[in-house]
Amino acid sequence: MAEVLDLSTFVQHRDGTAHIDLAVEGVACANCIRKIESSLKLLPGIVEARLNFTNRRLAVDWREDELAAADVIAALQDIGYRAHPFQPERAETEEAGQASWLTKCLAVAGFAAMNIMLLSVSVWSGATDMPQETRDFFHWLSALIALPAAAYAGQPFFHSAWRALRTRQLNMDVPISLGVLLALGMSVVETASHAKHAYFDSAMMLLFFLLCGRALDHAMRRKTRAAAGNLAALKAEFAHRFDGAELVRVPAAALKPGDRLLVRPGDRVPADGVVLNGVSEVDESLVTGETTRHAVAAGATVHAGSINFSGTLTVRVTAAGTGTLIDEIERLLEKAVATKSRYVRLADRAARLYAPVVHATAAMTLVGWIAAGASVHDSIITAIAVLIITCPCALALAIPAVQVVAARALFQGGLILNSGDAIERLAEVDTVVFDKTGTLTLPQPGFDNVTGAAPDLIALASRLALSSRHPLAAALAREARERIPFEGAIEETGQGVRALIDGAEARLGSAAFCGVEPILSANAVAGASTICFSHAGRHAVLVVQQKLRPDAARVAADLRALGIKLIILSGDGPNAVAPIAAALGIAEWRGGLKPNEKIAIIESLKARGHRVLMVGDGLNDAPALAAASVSLSPISAADITQAQADAVFLGETLAPVREAIVTARRARRLMHQNLWLAVIYNAIAVPVAIAGLVTPLIAAAAMSGSSILVTLNALRARRAS
Amino acid sequence: MNVLIYLVPIALALGLTGLAAFLWSLRNGQYDDVEGAALRVLSDDDVG
Repeated sequence: MAEVLDLSTFVQHRDGTAHIDLAVEGVACANCIRKIESSLKLLPGIVEARLNFTNRRLAVDWREDELAAADVIAALQDIGYRAHPFQPERAETEEAGQASWLTKCLAVAGFAAMNIMLLSVSVWSGATDMPQETRDFFHWLSALIALPAAAYAGQPFFHSAWRALRTRQLNMDVPISLGVLLALGMSVVETASHAKHAYFDSAMMLLFFLLCGRALDHAMRRKTRAAAGNLAALKAEFAHRFDGAELVRVPAAALKPGDRLLVRPGDRVPADGVVLNGVSEVDESLVTGETTRHAVAAGATVHAGSINFSGTLTVRVTAAGTGTLIDEIERLLEKAVATKSRYVRLADRAARLYAPVVHATAAMTLVGWIAAGASVHDSIITAIAVLIITCPCALALAIPAVQVVAARALFQGGLILNSGDAIERLAEVDTVVFDKTGTLTLPQPGFDNVTGAAPDLIALASRLALSSRHPLAAALAREARERIPFEGAIEETGQGVRALIDGAEARLGSAAFCGVEPILSANAVAGASTICFSHAGRHAVLVVQQKLRPDAARVAADLRALGIKLIILSGDGPNAVAPIAAALGIAEWRGGLKPNEKIAIIESLKARGHRVLMVGDGLNDAPALAAASVSLSPISAADITQAQADAVFLGETLAPVREAIVTARRARRLMHQNLWLAVIYNAIAVPVAIAGLVTPLIAAAAMSGSSILVTLNALRARRAS
Repeated sequence: MNVLIYLVPIALALGLTGLAAFLWSLRNGQYDDVEGAALRVLSDDDVG
């Protein structure tokens, strides 16, 4: 039966035309843009199709009466691209607005800084023979540009500083705002008293460089969020919903409580619900970490994310009421998130140390000069010059610049950051806690030849498995070298699949179906399943079980070599965890844990001063991820879990975990170097300022010099290890 | 120095024009897909 695909939740309508945003997989080259756009424009009714190459998203408009959204996706499928309907999250839209505001501030600051610099340069170079009237005119002109520009472009800093001050805290933006405001105020006073120097140029340059840092930081977070949003769209699951008697394929996001769904064997349950009829087994490993399957029948509760194994189920979607598993996990999450927000970013910690020193130095300069007999006016000017020159311009650029470069390096290594300060927290990690199922092991079980079956039998069995929908057969089918199913293979529901091969009947399925005795090898992990194969009088028992990620042992060894303690905390039974821990040489492990027990263990580790990195994928890991100092999850993880993790890694290997720590440590080293560079700069410039020798030229040179130096140093975070 | 009376407004007006042009391009979505723009220029569909 050809199914109807209903995408109405994703389509927006505007006077006769419809619009949909799609995340497209596999767009890699210039040719893809042309191929996708031109082939879509051949469809009748298409008004506009435009692919955004930067975020791999396609916007399509068409006349509603001539075309349906499903046709667009089908057309893309025909030319070899998989497209997924996409709804931008609110957080992403908000960030886009923020980014464009920051860019506007940057543009205004840049314009003002350039124009004021033009005026200042002429004042400096003609300082001796320029008439006083002209100099004053230039200064007033600078004020005319600088004051409105600073009022507009300084807003990001003023807002943030005000927020911090209101809660009686200091952040980096407090000395910045103070420096800018004082520099502008003093310059106005100086101009009014016909002085030789004004500091409008320094104030605007300062704002310009700081906004560069801020905009870079923001651009990085937007880019990774867009990538994460695409991944979420690619992963989005479809459900088979009964509309009356008809079966309609709808995105899982469009399901409502009360909907009736059909869940076939091998499908993931798309929403929490109650079984109406049907008998089956479900695999809840993504929900609880447990690898043994549960039998379900009418009246049983099934959770979103579990896999239906053997029979077809009809499920009624339930509201997420109190007492459900999801509800419990969300409650734990809220608590865990609240404790995590106590983390202080490196930049703010530096500001806490730095800001009082800056303020004290300026105050002491003022008092010192007055005590030495200078006029109050001159002393104030010198004190303010100290404030300007010590303004943490390089400091504010030092950290975001390193973050951007490091995040890009991680991105190329298959790791997508969800939060900007994750790099700093990753660098401090001394303990890594792994979940077992889906994290140390591959997300799907795979065939493991622990029974020593003959290779030719395995080849035949795996090729026969291509004809079955059963999840165990699907695991075996991934082994098949020849991807062509045998002709005339017949699947007998609940038993197995059979076909004629070389004139003899081959059977793959339950032991009874194949007429063999089931034997589970001693090497098999608990929770392993067997599938039997018989052909022409020969037979084999094949084991499908959780398999370690291919590089798990090497990564574990590498992490230990970095001086990191490894722990396994699993929701699965202890006898399933023991062999995995032994294979990886991890001595500390616990099995059969509930989500709150995982949190308790992580909290006690943190209380003993450990910085804990939690790596997990299950729904039951989400609160533990939030409780840990920093967290990673594989892309196969449950949605809530992924949203909670600081970073998500792609692919079948565990190497990104090691890469993350190594890159983060290098980045932190560079951040510290940058902070020191800034401090050294100030150590040279401050005595000059205290001595009252600072001209605008020195201030500007010191500021841009140090900014450029820290930016160049940050580029070194890119180097591969 | 009387020349400044019209040179300064001209300089400022030029600067403001640049700023306005940038803000217009930002609002117009010129920076939404910078990677794509670099590649689109290579395809020669429009020629002829």
